[in-house]
Amino acid sequence: MILPRSRFPAGILVAIALLVLLVAWSFTVGRFAVAAGDVVRVLWASLFGEESGLARNVDAIVLQVRAPRVVAALAVGAALAAAGAAYQNLFRNPLVSPDILGVSAGCALGAGIAVLASLPIGAIQAFAFVGGLIAVGLVVAIGTWIGGRDPVLTLVLTGVVVGSLFGAGIALVKYVADPYNQLPAITFWLLGSFTGALPRDLPATIVPIALSVAVLWLLRWRIDVLALSEDEARSLGVNVKHLRIAIIVAATLATASAVSLAGTIGWIGLLVPHAARLLTGAAFARLLPLSLVLGAGFMLAVDTACRTMFATEIPPGVVTAFVGTPVFIALLAVAFRRAS
Amino acid sequence: MKSPVHLPDKQSWHDSDMLRILAILIVAFAANPASASREFTDDAGRKVMLPDRVERVFASGPPASVLVLALAPDKLIGWTRRFREDESQWVPKKYADLPELGRLTGRGNTANVEVVLKEKPDVIIDVGSTSETYTSLAERVQSQTGIPYVLLDGRLDTTPAQLEKLATVLGVPERGKELAAYATRVLGELREKIATIPADKRPAVYYARGPQGLQTGLAGSINVEMIELLGAKNVAGGERGGLTNVGLEQVVLWDPQVIVTNDPNFYRGVWTLPVWNSVAAVRAKRVYLSPHLPFGWFDFPPGANRLIGLMWLSDILYPDVFHHDLKREVTQFYRLFYQQEPTAAQVDTLLSEPGVAPR
Repeated sequence: MILPRSRFPAGILVAIALLVLLVAWSFTVGRFAVAAGDVVRVLWASLFGEESGLARNVDAIVLQVRAPRVVAALAVGAALAAAGAAYQNLFRNPLVSPDILGVSAGCALGAGIAVLASLPIGAIQAFAFVGGLIAVGLVVAIGTWIGGRDPVLTLVLTGVVVGSLFGAGIALVKYVADPYNQLPAITFWLLGSFTGALPRDLPATIVPIALSVAVLWLLRWRIDVLALSEDEARSLGVNVKHLRIAIIVAATLATASAVSLAGTIGWIGLLVPHAARLLTGAAFARLLPLSLVLGAGFMLAVDTACRTMFATEIPPGVVTAFVGTPVFIALLAVAFRRAS
Repeated sequence: MKSPVHLPDKQSWHDSDMLRILAILIVAFAANPASASREFTDDAGRKVMLPDRVERVFASGPPASVLVLALAPDKLIGWTRRFREDESQWVPKKYADLPELGRLTGRGNTANVEVVLKEKPDVIIDVGSTSETYTSLAERVQSQTGIPYVLLDGRLDTTPAQLEKLATVLGVPERGKELAAYATRVLGELREKIATIPADKRPAVYYARGPQGLQTGLAGSINVEMIELLGAKNVAGGERGGLTNVGLEQVVLWDPQVIVTNDPNFYRGVWTLPVWNSVAAVRAKRVYLSPHLPFGWFDFPPGANRLIGLMWLSDILYPDVFHHDLKREVTQFYRLFYQQEPTAAQVDTLLSEPGVAPR
């Protein structure tokens, strides 16, 4: 199953080519029928700042609705997969997902509070982002303060505890919310969706995600060293403590940006890095690029299905679970049976 | 079972019959003061034994609160949540100051049963869905507390019946008749004129909820009853269900002629986002923000408070047909249902909020 190292460049090129095809397909499908040629004309014209000469709503559909949604789905999928891959290596555990340190719970609580205060959507996203950072900040602070012989285990336990504390906060927010107005808004937010992705939302999402991914890429060789014991790592000149913090900061930034735009979408951060590892092995220099491409593609495919199948949207988190579970089981079966 | 076509007839026959039985019962009990209870059949078909005199009423949800406030406010023992500053100006202070007791059933249960019992209500009133879920909840609360629990059907078109039935329960039949007559007149006048409007003059309406305006109510959802009652087309009415998320692209495809929202954030944002500008309603500047004081005009809560909203929305949907004198209607409705005549300045403020005035 695992791709030989020499074949990796070819493999990743194939994956990228498939992703490009997927993007092209996603642009041309939707509830509103736009011919593929018109999509190209609109995109071409906007690239050169010209008028496409097509109906205004065709322009709006392609540039204001589909383009931001495609970009947002790619960015969120890539971010969650990259964060998951980094965490799985950091915690030396393939069952770890990006919200292990409570980032999703923090984002959700922040968003819930903003909905409760009837704030506009930009503020809801900002509250979610800050909430996620606060949750992880608390976990790291408490975990470092407690210390202990196994700092990774301490962190995970603290993450579980702080996560459930924030979970209780979300429950309280839902409880006091107006049942006719705010409660549905909070529930819909928690389910996650790309419906409202607008061009103006994208910079605040993409810049932190790109920064985080860049940091993880620069640390790619050192992250592999984490697989060794702390003493061995130190003898190789790696400061494990600093490295751990850097990875946590990067992964948290990426996840919080993703969650504050699209809500909590499960599975991708767990499943995609795992699938990538089955394909290419645990070396982070190969795992990260493949996770990025697979995560972006999977999220885009799911969101395209969500927005095209019915007049009403399906929450992408639901689809990722329905699609993800059988795919994951199949991958496990192939990998483990071959190994035994 | 009942065929849908004959439902209204049967309902009214049922009501008048029931009232007659009740009248006989009341006379019988008046002759025999030792027996201090009477039987009432609620809309879930449950037979509830009521005390002869009902003085303290626990309204289990906002739609029930609105009705009790209108019919017999002195019997109301509290609200499901405290009035906010801006809301409390619209009802007499002694009612606005009633304590917060929480919701007992419905969507989210926040009342403490011991708090409810401590307040010693004579009856618990719930107005809303009469589905199995709520019927069983009513039974459960009644058996737990020993307090009679009356469940009434809260659909908008049954508002006159709700008022009369609840008036019977509360022992204020005259007040019930007065308000029911008002509601019947409002609904009747609207229905009569709407029946003459041809299908092509009935606008396609989108109900935008949430800060992005991308949640809406499907056909049959209690949230969009007003659109259906006013004979307009709910663009999301192709499927049945409750609230749901929709995509912007779908809204552009539906291309509604009118958008109604209750979210001020969405109302402000809709004019600045280029994509909404490709929707007919936005280009024609036919996006409307429903007032929400002290109770919402469109959806929040889905109760009798929407009667005034019907008159407002009919002017919006059919500007050639309806020309309600909204200042007068608001003054009258608020005086009748909220027990306090608003000042001219209050009404002006309410109607002059951006997005409210029909054009």
